[in-house]
Amino acid sequence: MTQVPKKLEKVTILFAGDSGDGIQLAGTQFTNNTALYGNDLSTFPDFPAEIRAPLGTIAGVSGFQIHFGSVDVYTPGDRCDVLVAMNAAALKKNLSRLKERGTIIVNTSGFDKRNLRLAGIEEGQNPLNNHSLEGYKVHEFDITKLTRESLKDYSLGTKDRDRCKNMFVLGFVYWMYNRSIDSSIDFLKMKFGSKQEILKANITVLKAGYHFADTYEAFSNRFEVKPAKLPDGSYRNIIGNQATALGLIAASHKSKLDLFYGGYPITPASDILHELAKHKNFGIKTFQAEDEIAGICSAIGASFGGNLAVTASSGPGIALKGEALGLAMMLEIPLVIVNVQRGGPSTGLPTKTEQADLLQAIYGRNGEAPIPVIAASSPSDCFTMAYEACRIAIEHMTPVFLLTDGYIANGAEPWRHPKSSDLANINVRFVKERAEDDEAYLPYKRDDKLVRSWAIPGTKGVEHRVGGLEKDKETGNVSYDPENHHQMVKIRAEKVDKIADYIPQQELDSGSENSNLLVVGWGSTYGAIKTVVRELAAEGVDVAHTHIKYIQPMPKNLGEILSKFDKILIPEMNNGQLIKLIRDQYLVDAKPLNKIKGVPFETREIKEAILNMLKQ
Amino acid sequence: MAEAKDIQEEGQKLTPKDFVSGQDIRWCPGCGDYSILKQVQGLMPELGIPRENIVFISGIGCSSRFPYYMNTFGMHSIHGRATAIASGLKAARPDLSVWIITGDGDSLSIGGNHLIHLLRRNFDVNILLFNNQIYGLTKGQYSPTSELGKKTKSTPMGSIDHPFNPLALCMGAESTFVARSLDREPKHMREILMRAEQHKGTSLVEIYQNCNIFNDGAFSGFTDKQIKKEHSLYLEHGKPLVFGAKEDKGIILDGFQARVVDLTDGKYSKEDLWIHDEKDRNKANILTRFFDDPLNEDALPRPFGIFYQENRFCYENALMEQLDDVKEKKGEPDLDKLLAGSNTWEVK
Repeated sequence: MTQVPKKLEKVTILFAGDSGDGIQLAGTQFTNNTALYGNDLSTFPDFPAEIRAPLGTIAGVSGFQIHFGSVDVYTPGDRCDVLVAMNAAALKKNLSRLKERGTIIVNTSGFDKRNLRLAGIEEGQNPLNNHSLEGYKVHEFDITKLTRESLKDYSLGTKDRDRCKNMFVLGFVYWMYNRSIDSSIDFLKMKFGSKQEILKANITVLKAGYHFADTYEAFSNRFEVKPAKLPDGSYRNIIGNQATALGLIAASHKSKLDLFYGGYPITPASDILHELAKHKNFGIKTFQAEDEIAGICSAIGASFGGNLAVTASSGPGIALKGEALGLAMMLEIPLVIVNVQRGGPSTGLPTKTEQADLLQAIYGRNGEAPIPVIAASSPSDCFTMAYEACRIAIEHMTPVFLLTDGYIANGAEPWRHPKSSDLANINVRFVKERAEDDEAYLPYKRDDKLVRSWAIPGTKGVEHRVGGLEKDKETGNVSYDPENHHQMVKIRAEKVDKIADYIPQQELDSGSENSNLLVVGWGSTYGAIKTVVRELAAEGVDVAHTHIKYIQPMPKNLGEILSKFDKILIPEMNNGQLIKLIRDQYLVDAKPLNKIKGVPFETREIKEAILNMLKQ
Repeated sequence: MAEAKDIQEEGQKLTPKDFVSGQDIRWCPGCGDYSILKQVQGLMPELGIPRENIVFISGIGCSSRFPYYMNTFGMHSIHGRATAIASGLKAARPDLSVWIITGDGDSLSIGGNHLIHLLRRNFDVNILLFNNQIYGLTKGQYSPTSELGKKTKSTPMGSIDHPFNPLALCMGAESTFVARSLDREPKHMREILMRAEQHKGTSLVEIYQNCNIFNDGAFSGFTDKQIKKEHSLYLEHGKPLVFGAKEDKGIILDGFQARVVDLTDGKYSKEDLWIHDEKDRNKANILTRFFDDPLNEDALPRPFGIFYQENRFCYENALMEQLDDVKEKKGEPDLDKLLAGSNTWEVK
């Protein structure tokens, strides 16, 4: 039965199931397929904190949300149009995220007595037969049984058969959105190439799901979301942490410096290490250190030796690196520190997102220890900002903080990827050899940017000693002189301030200077704010949006922009951090909008705050 | 350190003076550190390594001021982390001769974790562990090597911390070169440092160093002329374990038990004694356990010299091999290809 698909502009699907149900894989596959199809998209995976939480429980539910459209898409979507629930816990946890009259695809075998009990649903309250789902379009079928049926000729054990059920769902959803299943067949061939039986089984089930949807009588709706009209160019799909890694590699390649990465595994930053370790043919040295401190210290050693040195972590790990950050700042050597922020404080919410380490990045060291801080605003922007972090670190001889967070680090979007020739040059100027009768080398002598020179071991005639003790302003020798210390503190601060001359000016992302409300964002709130401001513009409400990517130092014209607006709203996924910096530096009466729930803003939350503020 | 040596220019003979940095030395007069500095500055020209290829890295503590006084590249870093910083430097630059200067607090207390991991990875670096059994720079608290019962400012009633046996710890951490020397035996120290430098892998040299301000005489049993020969055992590869002022005592191995025997009463001769073998891990483990207080009646003498030496692959070499391997398999890097990934689509 072939149907003419109904055209839609945007769709949000949430795949949800037990952490062992292969939800992330199904979600990623649908994402890649969607990207290749040409939709704009944004995704948000939601992992349980436990690797294998008890089966069937709410704690064990893994989710993957994808928002895709024929129009621009900037967020993974607030509420979803389709909820795939592989068991009772997945439905219970996510039903509130489904739109009214939304579609639910349910695996009935996940709603047996045991699963209901594990999901904490009282006896006789099975949502599939107590009418609580009235108002939704519910499609129930026993996906487990259908999967087993389609594999009845295979010699695989039950466990292996059941593992294929994510492919059934994927095939089903592919049919729903009028897609070809080829990209996933190619993927399966790559993944299971050597395991023929498993490969065939997965393909069989994928096709079974696809054909089942085609013949499934009750399922009369087929949809199509046409490719989006994106700017011309070559596109790929990219995940935030992957983009960060590529940015680092690109900077290493362009600067012709070997890349050294020292780090310790931590959620959600480990994928940067994993990605870098894949590309060792670029000469990348990845060093899995014994702890966070050794991670950054090994990077300091590598930087002293002339490598482009990087460490990455998340909040608790960054706290451990604090003393070494101070050393790197004092040594004035290039170093990139990536903080993929997660919910804090302490161990906090390791798999959830938050923007609560901004003040840690700005202030989290002993003494007067300014370090440039920049932040990425979307998955693909992680590439741009990682590259920028390297550029600033090398050209200004300083450690640089790059802030991302769990939301954009694990989220994906299409990326109009650059060519290597499009990338800005990075100037590396190692000090040259000196003969004995040349002037003595002064390691802390500065140029007009207040940047000292990089003299690496192996360079004759420039042997010198550096360290964490205060140093004489030219020779770098230990100095306890009061005047010298006062001057050095001022110089190190001014050196960071001067970076403002070498970063882009602040611009309005959308809206006009004539509106009287400006939304100021930073980091991963970009997509949500942009979506809201555009929606409001379509409704005739003029609101401006500016997004700060360079936070320390701030762009030189930021104060001027802020001064043009009567009202300033600063949404943040923390208890108010950027707002402190803005109020402090510009004396403006900005208002906060804080969400500290471990999940990104929904557009309606920001919209409501804007409309309320406009009324006042 | 073969790589660093190869690039030395012909005819460029440096002297110890070339390794003096010109910064004022701030150790207390009479400190054992002076002797170590002198030996290291004396050793450097003999290595034949160009000055610019040598890096000294230290942590925090009295000993860690050391790099400031060496006219080479140097870094006085943060407490306990010299080992971690040196690991990154050596991974980034296998061509350099890297020396770590650390103390008992720096390497065994705050930096204990990095020390053991450096040893197992076996980077080709040299560690000089100045052991004075006290915290000097913070003015006299007990350290992880201070003896039980030690009375210090922080332990007025005596320390109740069982001390580390540093070399036994290093053996446990898979060290490939374990040695001990003393500040008062400069000639011995020089020989051991030379061997340490020649060892391909991490060499750990514990140097007993007298803190004449806060722990004077901690090692007097091994340095006082009248008694030192009775309490010290100098190890030489292939030679029997003999000690005593008149070379009148020896060590035999009775099962796993070491025992002191008298060589003068006719019962034992040198042929009966334990022959030192640097390559024997089991014996080295027993030797590191010669750790008695020299004042105890049945104390075994304290060994000095090279306890153990093993050839094992170095981390940085394995790393370089992996990189070469991958390059061979995957070919030269192509950034444009990497940025595009395997699935792209065109929007026109």
